[in-house]
Amino acid sequence: MRLRLHPPRSVGNVLFYVGVAVALGLLLREGFRLGWPLFGQLVVNGLTLGSVYALIALGYTMVYGILKLLNFAHGDVYMVGAFIGFGVLNVFGAPPNSSLPVWLLVSLMFLAAMIGCGGLGVAIERFAYRPLREAPRIAPLISALGVSFFLQNSVLLLLGSQFRQYPFGLINPGGVQLGTVFISATRIFVIAGAAVLMVVLTIFVKRSRLGKAMRATSFDREAAMMMGIDADRVIAATFFIGSALAGAAGVMFGLVFTQVFHFMGFVAGLKGFTAAVIGGIGSIPGAMVGGLLIGLGEAFATGYVSSTYQDLIVFCILIFVILVRPSGLFGTPAIQKV
Amino acid sequence: MPSDELPSVPAPPDAVDRPRIGVDQWVADVEGREDERSQLRRGFERVPSAGWLAVFVAVASVLPFLLNQGDLFRYGLFTLLYALLALGLNVTVGFAGLLDLGFIAFYGFGAYFYAILASGHFGIHWQAELAIPVIVVGAALLGLILGLPSRRLLGDYLAIVTLFFGQAFVVFVNAANPKGLSGGANGIADVDPINFFGYELTTTKDYYYFSLIVFVLVLGTLYFLSRSRTGRAWRALREDPLAAELMGMPVNRLKIMAFMFGAGIAGLTGTIFAANQTGVFPGDFDVSLLITIYAVMILGGVGSLTGMVIGAIVINVSFEILTPATPDHARWLFYATVVIALAARVRPWQRLLLVLGGTAVFGFVVHAAVQALSPSATDGTVVSGGFLTDVIRGWAIVPKHPGDAAKYAYVGLVVAILLVTRLRGWWRALALIPTLYLVAFVWENLLIDQPAVTRFILFGALLIALMTARPQGLLGTSRVEIV
Repeated sequence: MRLRLHPPRSVGNVLFYVGVAVALGLLLREGFRLGWPLFGQLVVNGLTLGSVYALIALGYTMVYGILKLLNFAHGDVYMVGAFIGFGVLNVFGAPPNSSLPVWLLVSLMFLAAMIGCGGLGVAIERFAYRPLREAPRIAPLISALGVSFFLQNSVLLLLGSQFRQYPFGLINPGGVQLGTVFISATRIFVIAGAAVLMVVLTIFVKRSRLGKAMRATSFDREAAMMMGIDADRVIAATFFIGSALAGAAGVMFGLVFTQVFHFMGFVAGLKGFTAAVIGGIGSIPGAMVGGLLIGLGEAFATGYVSSTYQDLIVFCILIFVILVRPSGLFGTPAIQKV
Repeated sequence: MPSDELPSVPAPPDAVDRPRIGVDQWVADVEGREDERSQLRRGFERVPSAGWLAVFVAVASVLPFLLNQGDLFRYGLFTLLYALLALGLNVTVGFAGLLDLGFIAFYGFGAYFYAILASGHFGIHWQAELAIPVIVVGAALLGLILGLPSRRLLGDYLAIVTLFFGQAFVVFVNAANPKGLSGGANGIADVDPINFFGYELTTTKDYYYFSLIVFVLVLGTLYFLSRSRTGRAWRALREDPLAAELMGMPVNRLKIMAFMFGAGIAGLTGTIFAANQTGVFPGDFDVSLLITIYAVMILGGVGSLTGMVIGAIVINVSFEILTPATPDHARWLFYATVVIALAARVRPWQRLLLVLGGTAVFGFVVHAAVQALSPSATDGTVVSGGFLTDVIRGWAIVPKHPGDAAKYAYVGLVVAILLVTRLRGWWRALALIPTLYLVAFVWENLLIDQPAVTRFILFGALLIALMTARPQGLLGTSRVEIV
């Protein structure tokens, strides 16, 4: 799980460093051209967006690590999380006419979204993926596609296609002025919250019994089962944790960007997966770094190029990384055993 | 070859007692399983493929005249377009086993390319005999470009790259629209009709017959292709890429070829689509079309050519029936599908009878009880006329103002269906009765009003259900795991 920075001996490695250097050079040029305050603002925006992507990427990477399954429905779980948060807001009312203090309201939103999404993730695993454990690789992928489509259209059916509005500046309408850069309280909260979740997750996976079982199962499921680990339980727990993180990411997205809608999960899921691939799929620190990189890339693309090109630029980053560094920044190269 | 022409091999006297060398249990049982099939089915199987194709073409070319109603040519055209797309996708996914989720981009590429080559957008008006080969080659080249990373990517990475590629294509033609190339969100209008050596296809009927010819050509090509050296190599690649490579197959070239073939067919289909619609718009090439084509392919059975045609017919007919214009047809289709699905899954027949009869009785009892308690809960208007409507009125609960009750019932229904799949035997049959009634309640109060969303929900559910219950689809052959 270490960052692999090899000396530039192979063509792929040379290209990798050249690409990184070109990207940094372009950023520096734009920074000098358009001024550093904008640059600072973009970094803050990128870190916020990146925290959300990192949380989504964690779910992808954990599930992939353990099941070797690409969970296409993960982005839609994130969308459901955003809507659960919205539902809690609707029930208790947004401040100032809320019946609860703000901190309690926000924690309730996160709690409900995380538990709800976790349960949803476990149900998806139980009914759509577990029957296909021994099936050819393509079957669960198509099943996942079906789940994604089902969730998306169910939300469309139940809640309609209009955008739902989170109140602006729910946590604290103010912010911090850092030199020339203004950081809103919501963004600080989101970045800090995501960091806390990631630290907790890392400690959990490193130290706890269940975390150990997860690592063992992802390393070799059959061997882990022979050692007495209940693989089904571990997989269900993985889905619960990954989906709960996605639910938290959904609420965070709503808090910062204030608009949620039924199709938001598709693109966010793509970006989350891209983040997981860039970091090295299966690696937890990789997902965090990859998420932040994608968020920053997207923010810079929006600020320096145009927001219409942000998806295309992320796509180019994905292709670049896959071609020159298929195992990602933190991943270990896959050895195919026969 | 009919089996009676084969010279009969006299069995060695002790053949029954010991297993033959090189023949395992599964192979040894083939004859037993052959006998289990009905005479009728074996008769069907003896008809050569070309015969079936001839029957299909004959029916397809005559049917629109016999059933002289509605937009039958348009329905037929779209069925053929879906079948063509599924055939193209089947090359990449079914033959070669590469999960291509950016397939719709090739279709869109073909449509946009034709729109650019033959419309007033740039003032270029190419003839179809020139434009179609250029488009097919162009789409195949795009497939080559997308296929290049596939040399290094294992299945799942390829899926996400292609999915992203499909998304990037939509963004490219819609929002990015460099130098006005693709017309942005407004698309390109006034695309020329297909024009062959001065003969112009004007009506939908012309396009229908043109697509039928294209379809026969593509199907014939794929039929021979799938039996050729390349086709067998693709299947070997699908079953085990590593073993295929060890046997000396040019794995990378095969993968790229599969991509190019699929992309070429999609580009050709896109051309017909753009010319018939006389315009292209970014919204025509989104994820929902991808899911539809996957549903066609999965339903028909991955890898089966006949399956693609049947899948396209089933999906497109249900698509056309599930429209707001004809709620009565949609209702018939829905209940018929539920009953057929039950008949296929619930055994023995006594249990099936119990479920169906029980649901009917249960419905009338509940309806009577609810009516006695609160008359307003059952006097809502049942959508549309027809024979079923009267039955539904006395059987299902349709409140005047369903409000959120139908939405909660939908969530409850999903949970109930999931729970039913966990039950076994008679418990499942008993639990099915209220679940089915809940299905009717949700359908009458929520789904029938929004057919556009409903069909996608059903497609999503279909993909999950088929994968978990019968992953090989309707006509696919289940694989034998050899260890």
